[in-house]
Amino acid sequence: MKQETTTKTSYHIPVGPIHPALKEPVYFEFEISGERIVDVNVKLGHVHRGVEWASRKRNPIQVLYLAERICGICSFCHPAAFTLAVETAADIQVPERAEYLRVIQGELERITSHILWAGVAAHEIGFDTVLYFTWQIREKALDLTEYLTGNRVTKGIMTIGGIRRDITPDMLPRIKKDLNFFKDNFEKLRHIFLDDKTIKMRSQGAGILTKKDALKLCAVGPTTRASGVKKDVRVDTSYFAYGDLDIDYITPDVLTGEVNGDVYDRIIQRLLEVKQSIGLIEQCIDQMPAGDIVSEPKIPKLMNQLKKVNGEGVGRHEAPRGEVIHYVKFDGHSENPYTWKVRAPTYNNILPWIPMLKGEQIADIPIVAASTDPCMSCTNRVAIVNDNKRYELTKEQLHSLSVEKTRRVLK
Amino acid sequence: MAKGLTKSFKRALWVYHCNSGSCNGCDIEIIAALCPRYDVERFGIRLVGTPRHADVLLVTGPVTRQMEDKVKRVYEQMPDPKAVICVGNCGNTGDVFYESYNLVGPINKILPVDVHVIGCPPRPEAIINAVAKAWVKLETLEAKK
Ligand code: SF4
Repeated sequence: MKQETTTKTSYHIPVGPIHPALKEPVYFEFEISGERIVDVNVKLGHVHRGVEWASRKRNPIQVLYLAERICGICSFCHPAAFTLAVETAADIQVPERAEYLRVIQGELERITSHILWAGVAAHEIGFDTVLYFTWQIREKALDLTEYLTGNRVTKGIMTIGGIRRDITPDMLPRIKKDLNFFKDNFEKLRHIFLDDKTIKMRSQGAGILTKKDALKLCAVGPTTRASGVKKDVRVDTSYFAYGDLDIDYITPDVLTGEVNGDVYDRIIQRLLEVKQSIGLIEQCIDQMPAGDIVSEPKIPKLMNQLKKVNGEGVGRHEAPRGEVIHYVKFDGHSENPYTWKVRAPTYNNILPWIPMLKGEQIADIPIVAASTDPCMSCTNRVAIVNDNKRYELTKEQLHSLSVEKTRRVLK
Repeated sequence: MAKGLTKSFKRALWVYHCNSGSCNGCDIEIIAALCPRYDVERFGIRLVGTPRHADVLLVTGPVTRQMEDKVKRVYEQMPDPKAVICVGNCGNTGDVFYESYNLVGPINKILPVDVHVIGCPPRPEAIINAVAKAWVKLETLEAKK
């Protein structure tokens, strides 16, 4: 690569689909001039498993488990958005206690996911000690998840019309103890990430996403909030029990007084959100009313009710990575959904990679890409396989597809 | 660790992880096995960045059409003796994704799998156990030489 050139040339570096810096299959093509990135092209489709199509052969309860396995890290938010959509379509009222329990599960997932991300981000800049430290905290969060749901990763806790496991009073001391553990360690994490010189040097001013670009490219979740856009489904629409809780938009200027939209801001953003989530769980535990946890405990009866539904519904949930939207339609004949559409947050957060990465150095690729917390298994739905021919989508096509899809979903 | 280990396989065991379209559930459990609580590095088991250095291949996911040839290529790049572990139900049977149009798995249709780990996802303990079993296979192969 170090050849002497008199004429200015740029060269292409392909990265992926299998590459040690990537946790999941995705393919990048970088156009490089010297050490600087001139252009980026992203190709997706390696993890496309036909999940949406498969839903047409499963009944809604089975789809819950399919939705859970869209992504193992967001194994609560996909079933959550799906149930919200089904509940809208079938007009099912959820008991209030279940709404609070759902918030607890959702926020616990956010804590686990953000801590996982912090570790991965530290690993990307070569700070493996922090990876091990954060994953130790994460194991605690997984222990709590296992205590509450019976499983570590795929929890199977959501159900249509409620939730499957209650939190009994004797479980509260353990939950409170663990929350205090997170709070103590949160301080340590904050110190490591916000005061460490190495992390500051690598992340400040890297991968900037301006507020204008964030709005234009429809970024969602922590990625957009770190650029100063106030967008959070939990505040914008009050689903679950979020309406009763004290929750507000978080942007990095809460802590630092300014918004830069760089990687450093995205780190601050996620740390602040962990703290917010701990607070939300505490609020839920205090305010939770007594009562049922599911509207219809008999599954066959529920299935019968769903079979008659003729209509459609949209479910929106603020996943750890941003807004996830599920659209579902029933035709009134079959118990299987007539159609099911998923829009995962990474879908929106991939396009911001392009302004973030342009002009950066090759070595910054991993941390900048990781700073949006991408999740490929949620997103891979755009490669079209037709007669065994693969059509690759350019970014313009991808963008227009994305816009089209959002319009379609919102209709 | 596993019983019956002889002295013939003298190296530390190096593992390469290949995601063939999984949901990440298994992948994070593999990383969890490497992190402090389970800490497999104390047995000399390490995750490496290239298949050319690896003794054991951990495959997760149901193998999507786009990944088929890539998975094969990763396997071919590994030096002998080698062992393949399929982690997770979806690589073993298709799991919730069964009958999907874009899958060419289960993995044992594509690669000779030595150890199947079930669970969706399996716990880190199960993954470590599987690696130990693969170690026994490598031992046996080495002893035959
Ligand atoms: S076995 Fe389950 S958890 Fe593991 S990758 Fe497959 S679907 Fe995900």
